[in-house]
Parts: sequence; C-alpha cells; structure tokens
Amino acid sequence: MYLYDTYDRALLAERVAEFRDQVARRLSGELSEDEFKPLRLMNGVYLQLHAYMLRIAIPYGSLSSDQMRMLAHVARRYDRGYGHFTTRQNIQFNWIKLADMPDVVADLATVELHAMQTSGNCVRNITSDQWAGVASDEIEDPRIWAEILRQHSTLHPEFTFLPRKFKIAITASAHDRAAIKVHDIGLRLFRNEQGEAGFEVVVGGGLGRTPFIGKVIRPFLKKRDFLSYIEAILRVYNQYGRRDNIYKARIKILVHELGAERFAQEVEAEWKAINNGELALDPAIVAGIAARFRYPDYNQLADDAPALTAARQSDRRFATWLGNSVANHKVAGYAIVTLSLKPEGGPPGDATAEQMEAIAELAERYSFGEIRVGHEQNLVLPHVAQHDLPELWRALDALGLATPNVGLISDIIACPGLDYCSLANARSIPIAQELTHRFGDLKRARELGRLHVNISGCINACGHHHVGHIGILGVEKNGEEVYQITLGGRADEAAQLGELLGPAVPYHQVADVIEDIVAAYLEVRARPDELFIDTLARVGIEPFKERVYAVH
Amino acid sequence: MPFIKAGRRTDDRFLRVADDAAIPESKPVLISAARLLATPAELSRRCAPTGVIWPNNRAIAELAPHLDRLALVALVFPSFRDGRAYSQARLLRERYRYRGELRATGDVLRDQFLFLTRAGFDAFEVKKEADADAFVAALARFSVVYQPSADDQVPAFRRRLNGGFQRDPAAQREAVS
Repeated sequence: MYLYDTYDRALLAERVAEFRDQVARRLSGELSEDEFKPLRLMNGVYLQLHAYMLRIAIPYGSLSSDQMRMLAHVARRYDRGYGHFTTRQNIQFNWIKLADMPDVVADLATVELHAMQTSGNCVRNITSDQWAGVASDEIEDPRIWAEILRQHSTLHPEFTFLPRKFKIAITASAHDRAAIKVHDIGLRLFRNEQGEAGFEVVVGGGLGRTPFIGKVIRPFLKKRDFLSYIEAILRVYNQYGRRDNIYKARIKILVHELGAERFAQEVEAEWKAINNGELALDPAIVAGIAARFRYPDYNQLADDAPALTAARQSDRRFATWLGNSVANHKVAGYAIVTLSLKPEGGPPGDATAEQMEAIAELAERYSFGEIRVGHEQNLVLPHVAQHDLPELWRALDALGLATPNVGLISDIIACPGLDYCSLANARSIPIAQELTHRFGDLKRARELGRLHVNISGCINACGHHHVGHIGILGVEKNGEEVYQITLGGRADEAAQLGELLGPAVPYHQVADVIEDIVAAYLEVRARPDELFIDTLARVGIEPFKERVYAVH
Repeated sequence: MPFIKAGRRTDDRFLRVADDAAIPESKPVLISAARLLATPAELSRRCAPTGVIWPNNRAIAELAPHLDRLALVALVFPSFRDGRAYSQARLLRERYRYRGELRATGDVLRDQFLFLTRAGFDAFEVKKEADADAFVAALARFSVVYQPSADDQVPAFRRRLNGGFQRDPAAQREAVS
C-alpha cells in the first residue's frame, strides 16, 4: 500500500473542495448541464440511463481493509447496497444523487481514495498487475512506478484536455496480467542483457470500435527517463492527435496513421529536448515514493503446511478451490488467493456492502489488511499464509466468494450493458448470467480448462470482447439485440484480437452458440490439456464456424 | 469582454487589426499569423508593440524566429475541450524562453485558470463576468502541485526531496514503522 503524505492529503482535500464548489454551482443553476459535464467527468461522475454514476479509482488495484470498508459505507449510505468492480481497477456506484456526490468524495478522501480523472479526456487511473509485489515472476514492484505516474498525471496543466481519454498500464512480469498491449501506453519493466532494469514502451493499443494491439516504440527506456519520455508521448499526442472526429481521437489512430516508426521519431525528437530537464528522475525521488509503500512483515513459514495438506486430502471441495483460485506467492509459506466475483447467476464484478465488509475483515485477519482488484473483475487477497487457507476458504465459501471458476468459462468479463449504460445497444449482464447457468457444473467448466469469455454491450468494448478467447459483442440491428462472436483474442503478453466467427446471432441463441463452440473444441482438441486458445491456433476458426452455422 | 493581466482586471491596450486594414503606426496591435509571416520585416520596423494570434494547429517552431519582435502571443481555445494551446504555451515559455505577454483567448473559463496559468499564460480574455471575478480564488485553490511546468511552483517531488514541508506526525510514524 502507498500511504499518502502531507502533500497528497492536501491536494486531495483541495480537490474535494473544488468539486463541492462545482456541484454547488450546478445545483444553483449557475452552470448549465453542458458546462458542468466536463467538470463532473473530471471527477468520475457520469449521467447514466437511470441516475448519476460515480467511478472511483483504485490506483493500480491496491486497497486496504479500511478503504474497502469505506466502499461498503458508500454502497450502503449513498447507493443501493452494492458496487461494481470494473476492468480498469475502478469501482462504480450506479445510483448516487448529485447532491450527495461532494459528501461521498469527502468520505472517500478520509481513507485516501478519490475519483479524480476516472473519466474525461485526461490520463485515467494508472493500472497494474493485481499480483504486483507478490508475483514470483516479477522483477520489482511496478506499483511504485504507477504511483509516480499517478501523481505526475494528476491535474496536469498540459494534459487535462487531450483529444480523448488516455489509459496507461504497467507490469513488471514476463506474464502480463495488466493487459498492457491494449492500453494507450503499456509499460513493461524488465531487466536487459546488461542486468539493468528499465521499461519496454508500447503505444497505441486499445479496443473500442477500432481495436489495435500496441506497438513497441522503445525497446528499453532507462528509469531516469520514465517521466520525460511519457511527457514527450503525451505532448506529441496532445498536438497531433485528431480532434475532428471523436471516433478517431485516441492515440492508436495517430500511431496507425503516422506509422509506429514515424510516431516514435516524433516522440524521440520531443524527448531529446526535455530529457535532461526537471523530469529526469533522481533515484532519491523514486526511493522516496518506494519508502511510502507499506509491505507486510511476513513470518518465516515453510511451503505445504501440514494443515493445508490434511485439508486438501480430506475435503474435495477445498482441494478443488485450492487448485483453481490459489496461486504461488514469492514468499515461502504464503499464497495469493483470488476471490471470484462471478458466482453462478450473478452480474460479473458486483459485490454487496456486506461482502465488502466481510472481505475487509478477512483481509485484516489473513492478508495483512490488503486487497487487490484485477482487470478480470475479481478480488485478490495477496498475502495469505498457506496454513490459513482452509479456514479462509470456509469463510469465503459462506460468503459466496469461493466459486472455483477463476480463469474458467464462467469467469466472464462483462460491461454493465443496456441494464445501466446509456451508450449500450444490447444487454451484457443477462448473457453472462445465462452462461454461468449453462456452465454452472464446475466439473464441466474445469474440463474445458482456461477459457476467457468477454462480453461488451456496444462497440465501445468496455467488456474487452476483442481480447476474449471467446468475445461477444452486442449490437442493435433493426431494433433487435444481436451478437457478434469472435474467437482467439487474448490480452496477455501474446495479445491479439479475436477473429469474427460469422454472422451475428440473436439474443436467445447466444448461449447455444457458445455451447456449440465448446463442443467443437472438445472434439478437435489434441489432448485434454490443450487449451481452447491453443487448439484454435492449431486448427483455425473453420471447424468452429462449421459447427455453429451448420446447426443454426 | 473581461480581461485579466498579471492577476488583475484591466483594459486591453492592443487593437485587433483585420488582415485587410492598415496597421496604425503608433498603437499596439494584434494581427493574424498569416500577416505576421507575410510581412515580418515591415513589422519589425514598427515602434509600437506588435502581437500575433497564433492558431492551435500551427507548430510553435514556425513562430520561434519572430518572437524577439513580438510583445504578445495570443493562443486560441476554440473550445475549452481543445487543449492544444497548453502545449504551445509551455513550449513558448520553456523551450523558446518567450517572456512577453502570453494570452489565452476563446473559450476561457474559470475551471481552466489554474491549468492555463501553470502552462505559462499571464493574460486572459475571459468569457464570463462571474468567472473573471473568481480568478484570484481559482488560482488559490491548490497549495500543492505534482509536476513541474511553466510557472514557478515547486512540485511535490522536489519539496519532498528538499524536506521543505513539515511532515505531519502520523506520516512520520508510518515512515518509521
């Protein structure tokens, strides 16, 4: 966890006061809705189908127990008792009254949470690996760099009115859990052949109506140049990004139109003019930020505690959960536990106030008071002693947070869709719910292995359908909801966009089509451990096409 | 239209001159970029100050050779959502060391004053009376900034490094433990 210092607290308090004043001006009529819109967006307030929605940042996915309790308080006091975790390490509340918004953000500020820049054409919440700091394959904690960037991008005087929103993600592992290649800027911290740690810089990835995988514009960036280089990218984008058409305004279009090489040249030229200026990072500045991260005081434990082994042998349900939802920790005797927010029949990513409070409590008891939020819309307890796993599992099971479907077909990423969102053309949540029923038999889901299903209710692609192994995109055709299916997308280090299966199918056929795709996979896979995505890469899309369109 | 310069309401002494009108010899004038670029030598012989309106889609590098004969550069915000002139302003101040008046024109509103000032603007053609009245308060809103820019505010990372700000006791306890 990063702990705010005096400066961070002062700035946030001043921002809360400014927002209170802006809301007051709107409520008094001094500001029209049109004038107020960009101001509220700078603080994560959207006008949705039914009410105002507030999006709160969970920077790089780290939450303390106190912060989680505050989210529960917001859900209960100002909303309808639940919140929705998004794919970008934010939480959304869908029913907050505008007049309450200033009090909500003031309450949040007491635990160092905020909604700054969670919308608007500015640098959004900086996201990272939900296993940052605990993953055994990472070279160092990427959250330190994410925090440096969070601060640098907050109320930036030059980059608050960019052509379009701007999303940055950072990972420090070879295995990318932060989907950096589908961000405006993706940063991968790694060690080069000389053993020096630095960043690979990927630019121009993104989904939406024109999806692109990002391109590497700098294979190795020294740490001292981290801020100056990102400043140079943003400056080039701010000046040359398209502003004539909202659908062509993201940096991915600029990179595509100029070509990655030419874009890189522009950035290099700009960067050379500023790289020895004030933004050259003094190691002492980085060390100062790092020093404000609090790390657990781990106990000396051995792997495979007897209590764990015993429980694994005696309880099949526990063993199943252990195999599915628990991952290796870099410290011996500890484990990383994923809490599935995808119970059968539930809207993906939703948590009730009671669940949030219980999770806060469990995190305090078993995970040094720390919780993480991942882009798959699940939560993580990052520091659980292995001998505590049986007890923790019983508690999670009672709360409905131990569905052992992490990474399986029913662990669906979905946007809010037509049930909440004013942009949506089609429903997402009911499709997800239906699929969790179809694959509610976890034995069957397990037999299918790792299989990511992503659902978006419109072309803006908030459910990241392009990068789902199976992607489902809802569109409207002649007043009806129909769904396009893509296969073979992925958001990890081998990121690629899915391929269209064929003509769109009506709402009531989607679940059947997914069942057909799964049946085709089971028939053609070479071995039981050949994953869906690997089978598809081997045999191509044809067998799936034939199966689906022959039947329907 | 309310005009603010150096933090105060004042009168604009520059006269906007259309491209087809004669330039008065002894008055400060504000002319278009096209006119400046067409007749730079003629303008440099003037004894009264000259200013230029520089569009937000034209590179500042093109303006750079003329800066030493300009008393005013007016940058344009066609809509406050169009933030290109923030980059132009910082380039003028930080890269080209322009010290003359830097004026924000167009859709200039209260909630942009701080960003504009930080980007190097020191003069503002403000759209609304009420916004102009709130200028001083808008600039005083924040005591902390996170990034270096064209103004003289010291960013938080530098203040931390210098230890020039009192840490509160809670923060110290956290740092020690």
